[in-house]
Amino acid sequence: MHGDEPSRPRAETIANAESPILKLQSVGKRFPGVVALRDVSFEVARGSGHVLLGENGAGKSTLINLLGGVLQPDDGSIWFDGAPYRPTSPLEAIRAGIRVVHQELHLLSNLSVAENLLFEQLPSRRGLVSFRDMNRRAAELLAEVGLDVSPTMEVGRLGVAQMQLVEIAKALCHESKLLVLDEPTATLTVREVDRLFEILHRLKAKGVTTLYISHRLEEIYEVGDQVTVLRDGAHVTTRALAGLDIPDIVKLMVGRTITGQAPIDMDAPIGDEALDVTDLKLTDESPAISFSLRKGEIVGIAGLVGSGRTEMVRALFGADPKAAGTIRIDGQEVDIASPKDAVAHGLCLATEDRKGQGLLLEMSCAENMTITDLLRVSWRGLLQRKQENDNAQRLVRELRVKTPSIHQAVRTFSGGNQQKVVIAKWLFRGPKTLIFDEPTRGIDVGAKAEIYELLGKLALEGKSILVVSSDLPELMAICHRILVFSNGRITGEVPRAEFDEHRILSLAYQEYSRVRAS
Amino acid sequence: MSEQVERATERKARVKWDNLLRISMREAGVTVALVLIVLFFCVTAPYFATSGNFLKIFVQIAINTVLAAGMTFVILTGGIDLSVGSVLALCTVVGATIMTDERLAPGTSIALAFAACLGTGAICGAINGWVCERWKLPSFIVTLGMLNIASGLARVVSNNSTITGLPQPFVDFGNMIFFGVFPSIFVIALGVVLIGWFILRFTVFGRFIFAIGTNEEAVRLSGHNPSAIKIAAFTISGLTAGTAAMVYLLRLNVGSPIAGIGYELNAIAAVIIGGTSLSGGKGSIIGTLVGACILQVLSTGLQLLGAEDNVKPIVIGAVIVLAVILDTYRNKFLRAMESRRSDG
Repeated sequence: MHGDEPSRPRAETIANAESPILKLQSVGKRFPGVVALRDVSFEVARGSGHVLLGENGAGKSTLINLLGGVLQPDDGSIWFDGAPYRPTSPLEAIRAGIRVVHQELHLLSNLSVAENLLFEQLPSRRGLVSFRDMNRRAAELLAEVGLDVSPTMEVGRLGVAQMQLVEIAKALCHESKLLVLDEPTATLTVREVDRLFEILHRLKAKGVTTLYISHRLEEIYEVGDQVTVLRDGAHVTTRALAGLDIPDIVKLMVGRTITGQAPIDMDAPIGDEALDVTDLKLTDESPAISFSLRKGEIVGIAGLVGSGRTEMVRALFGADPKAAGTIRIDGQEVDIASPKDAVAHGLCLATEDRKGQGLLLEMSCAENMTITDLLRVSWRGLLQRKQENDNAQRLVRELRVKTPSIHQAVRTFSGGNQQKVVIAKWLFRGPKTLIFDEPTRGIDVGAKAEIYELLGKLALEGKSILVVSSDLPELMAICHRILVFSNGRITGEVPRAEFDEHRILSLAYQEYSRVRAS
Repeated sequence: MSEQVERATERKARVKWDNLLRISMREAGVTVALVLIVLFFCVTAPYFATSGNFLKIFVQIAINTVLAAGMTFVILTGGIDLSVGSVLALCTVVGATIMTDERLAPGTSIALAFAACLGTGAICGAINGWVCERWKLPSFIVTLGMLNIASGLARVVSNNSTITGLPQPFVDFGNMIFFGVFPSIFVIALGVVLIGWFILRFTVFGRFIFAIGTNEEAVRLSGHNPSAIKIAAFTISGLTAGTAAMVYLLRLNVGSPIAGIGYELNAIAAVIIGGTSLSGGKGSIIGTLVGACILQVLSTGLQLLGAEDNVKPIVIGAVIVLAVILDTYRNKFLRAMESRRSDG
């Protein structure tokens, strides 16, 4: 199957400073009916920061899985540290010196932080786990990534960003030669990202090579010397990052230029007040939150991860209980105790966790789209499949969901297409107020632009939109107004005319610095 | 241009064919297995391929088929109902007590007993579901409790004795045979399966059952109340336990507090062999019917081959595990087919 293995030249078996740490030669990988990688060849210089870019579906994940020992190549060969590299399991990859931090978290939520960190080599004495050694070692690792939690804390009680840091700390506890980071910053806040870069610089000084994948293009300059771009499973280029600016890179990735990032018509008139939240409290002790939203308006919610943004929108939507607060819709006070109530009042929520909370992964595209309002495609409790299929077809066309059939299980969709299905299912219900929690997380550039365009269109139709996002440039591009959350309270409201990254960020940090000062 | 149209129609046809294949694949594998097993016994076991033997098999699978049909609903939502066996026992004594009441005319007593059987079963099921949902408890524990409670109630109602002397028209109906091989109780079982299949496949309620088994939180956040649907699923399971109790009375003509011991496990086995996933969301009631057939055909066939009673459970146990192993391969195959389609 794979190409003729080159006979090992002596020079390459001896690792030296000049030879590349990683070398791919005509690597190919096929899945039933899909070519994920074809004829990919490039080298990663020893001790460098190497950035791997490409839209979703370009073959990045497959490549990472080949390196991590999850998959094996069909064609070509990989050389690592001067020797042929063909791991058949993740354990072999780790032993060879390659450590992969996957985008999806692989933590055992019922075990403690320390147990997760040291799971593969629990410190033991005479066959019994030594909890003292384990917790001490774990505390060191946590200090290294700047995560301030107890090693004995259960992982399930951590936030997503904290889990991500645990995952990174876990990678640090092994002496790896090549560290592969797949979207490590997707859930991190600015401060945590800075901390991560600090760690990466330190590792680099120690001679560790990093292969870095990210959708946030502005941050790759922090960590990368070289960049490799993949497109449709093929290698586009490997070159020095210096001298390339973001539009150049995007052009390489998509093969076309995306014009601007704000397809939103900001001059369109804003209507009456649609939603008014007064003194919303999540618990009896938490601060009261008040804000309002008007028709045709897109309001962003900025803030650090863990600042209470997700918790607030979930409570507003009735997904989690709240302690107090008045919600008015079109001036009428309403009682929202469950998502059912919220939906009945024209609210909808596209959750942060698409796969876990938004989609019926094993079910079809059509079934996912109509789940919000089955009454519309039924008659006296009987499903009308023709109606259902027609509606699904229409939504697939309108939102440009890429699928061969509306009967395809959404599990097989890319992140961008899955998000479109989530939006479609809410559009099918016909809501008046749409709440999006991290709508473009883990989505490629092209699909992002389409989603922004869609938000703009919805606003023009007079719908009110609330967008929670950790991507500040994104909020600044698409919002009329930005509310800034800091440690559970709203610390500021910035109108579009006054948008300023520095100001919003300082508002986001405000409550934390005050806490620390006291 | 015309070439493009041609290609589009071709692809459409392929997608259609694939969909058909995908829908029928779930039942096809297990049906093929049933046919092979039947053929095997037809060749090897004496008297297996006789109408008398098939009649016997049909009589014997009726109760389990009815129980397993209701169980399919609960398992599809991701739950389990361990109480159906003893709920069946409770229903048989309730039904038999009413039917043997001398103050009632036979017609009235049969109708009343029918209603009481179904009602008792439905109430037990509804309690199961409500307790699970009200206190967010695992159904394994709650229905284990109901298993004991219903069993105790059955003893109380019957005074710890079997109840005989059911009205003659009732007994006669139970002995009826259509077309020489289809006993009346098997026809009832088929009717229950058919109704269940219709509900799961064609109603909004059925769609919710699958959706909840796939991702309950997503259903809740889509603005629905999964608890109501889950309580309904348990109620259906109770209802079929009550129906199975009527089938039991028709077949054996006695109400007994020790009826139905271990029936819940046979019902679960039939559902699992039929390809329904224990974690919910995937499966079908037709598969369950085939699963119940496989269990009984194996049992009868082995007996005719002269296998010892002790050997039978060993073989059946192995078949249950084998069915689940084969299921994982089938899922792999279906997934591979799907990713091929998403490419095209």
